[in-house]
Amino acid sequence: MRMISRKNTDRLIAWLSLAITIIAIIPLLWIIGCVFANGASAINLEFLTDTPAPYGESGGGVANAILGTLVINTMASLFGIPIGVLTGMYLSEYASSGKFSSVIRASVESFSGVPSIIFGIFAFTLIVTTVQHYTALAASFALGLMMVPIVAKATEESMRVVSDDMREAAIALGIPKWARTVKIVLGVARGGVITGSLLAFARISGETAPLLFTSLFSFYWPTGIDQPMATLQVLIYNFALSGYPDRVLQAWGASLLLVILVVAINVVVKFATRPKYKEGV
Amino acid sequence: MKAKKSSAHYNRQDAIFKSILISASLLVVGLFVALFLMLISGSMPSILGNGFGFLTGTTWDPGKGIYGALPAILTTIATSLLAVALAIPIALGIAIFFTEYAPEKAKFSLTLFIDLLAAIPSVIFGIWGLWVIAPLIKTYVQQPIVASIGFIPIFGGPAYGISLSLASLILAMMVVPIIASLTIEIISRTPVSLKEGMISLGATKWETVKHVSLPFARLGILAAVMLGLGRALGETMAITMIIGNSYMWPFANPSIFAPATSITSKIASEFYEATSAIYVGSLIELSLILLVITLVTNALFRYVIKKTNRGARRQ
Repeated sequence: MRMISRKNTDRLIAWLSLAITIIAIIPLLWIIGCVFANGASAINLEFLTDTPAPYGESGGGVANAILGTLVINTMASLFGIPIGVLTGMYLSEYASSGKFSSVIRASVESFSGVPSIIFGIFAFTLIVTTVQHYTALAASFALGLMMVPIVAKATEESMRVVSDDMREAAIALGIPKWARTVKIVLGVARGGVITGSLLAFARISGETAPLLFTSLFSFYWPTGIDQPMATLQVLIYNFALSGYPDRVLQAWGASLLLVILVVAINVVVKFATRPKYKEGV
Repeated sequence: MKAKKSSAHYNRQDAIFKSILISASLLVVGLFVALFLMLISGSMPSILGNGFGFLTGTTWDPGKGIYGALPAILTTIATSLLAVALAIPIALGIAIFFTEYAPEKAKFSLTLFIDLLAAIPSVIFGIWGLWVIAPLIKTYVQQPIVASIGFIPIFGGPAYGISLSLASLILAMMVVPIIASLTIEIISRTPVSLKEGMISLGATKWETVKHVSLPFARLGILAAVMLGLGRALGETMAITMIIGNSYMWPFANPSIFAPATSITSKIASEFYEATSAIYVGSLIELSLILLVITLVTNALFRYVIKKTNRGARRQ
């Protein structure tokens, strides 16, 4: 009798944990479903090629916001990825267990816990108040900073797992340390660095808070990287809260573009890093 | 052991390369220090003008020059704790299912789903929460509860949809994947020998989880919760769009259905329109308070995770 009830408890837990897992996944499917259902009807040629219509007029598109998001993300990547890779290289190959390295490690780790809106405030006080106007460069600076810890961690971890045999073989061949680090260790670890950078790119593509008071928003095509610039993220925020049905619909359309970008990067990375051999559990 | 020195080739190139790496790393340290100093100097107008009353004041009226941050601080803490409390059982359920019961074939898609849920941008949670979930919650949850037991203050009206409790609910969805994926990792580290011992004694999977895996992972789960809490405290866009941005909670109206204002939603919705130095300073001081809270939470997370790593190595 007792044996049966213990087995039933186990079966109950199995079903319960399955049910909980399904409950947790429902929001994901619901969100993606809603974004597709609402956003698909907003998307047409005008939506993808035109700038937003002035308030009160219907029509218009989000093309300037698409361009803005890409420009700001690219500038952020140009700043964030190199710094992240260099820092990760230092932590993996050069850092000792001394004080100096632990300060660097602590800074990188602390950066990853800083709320994104605080990067916005930082970029505002550092750049916007200095140049006296809102600028896309400040937004890229904030987003680039957010990429640094992600890229650094990915670089460090993927370089760390490179076998010491490689390093020793390189030493035996008399290759200087910088060439060992860059050409051999980084060469072997490059997959991890690339996926880490891609995930960091996906992450900042969805970040909105650091843009609110740096790149701001604009109804027009960007005129320069030192000017306010529209982005998909801020457009979604502004239009979703505007209350005009047209605008809210366009916010859904912009959400669809953003979700496709973010989900595509994550799925690609997931499949690329899929373990080839099954690990034991 | 990594080879630390190859003295024969420790030449100029190496020295230049090393100094490039060190300057990049120092830049990161410098920027972090600059971030802190900038927030402190930016807060000065408020620290000097508002004094200690900033932390205890319950009114925020820029027109009259009154800045009290207590409701925002309490809201941030309350929504995050509530969200984490909702997320813990869900995340544990996922972790137990994943590590014990899920078929091998399902594991890949399950981790994909968890990763995707973590990757959905906050502003998308916001538009979905505002236009899809808020009306549903308003009609099917808030209104019936307010109508039946609304006389209890924490379940009182109004039933607008957008509220403290909706923010907590959406936040919970956002932190579930964070807590779950770390918990899975920790539970997977349970030494196989311990589990095999349990199974050889005739224990079921659940008994193994309950008596071996969960006690083993206790500290790690605590770390996962701290990580989720840190994320919840700093979450901005979704909260700003669904919390209602009103200083009603908790003093004017203690109901969980009351609209409220968190530190982040206050900054996001008012920073742009802040004109006077003390107004801007007050918002920057809010962000400084948030930074301190999240840094402490993250430091606790790192402390606990370091302890679990040491424990795991000893096994």
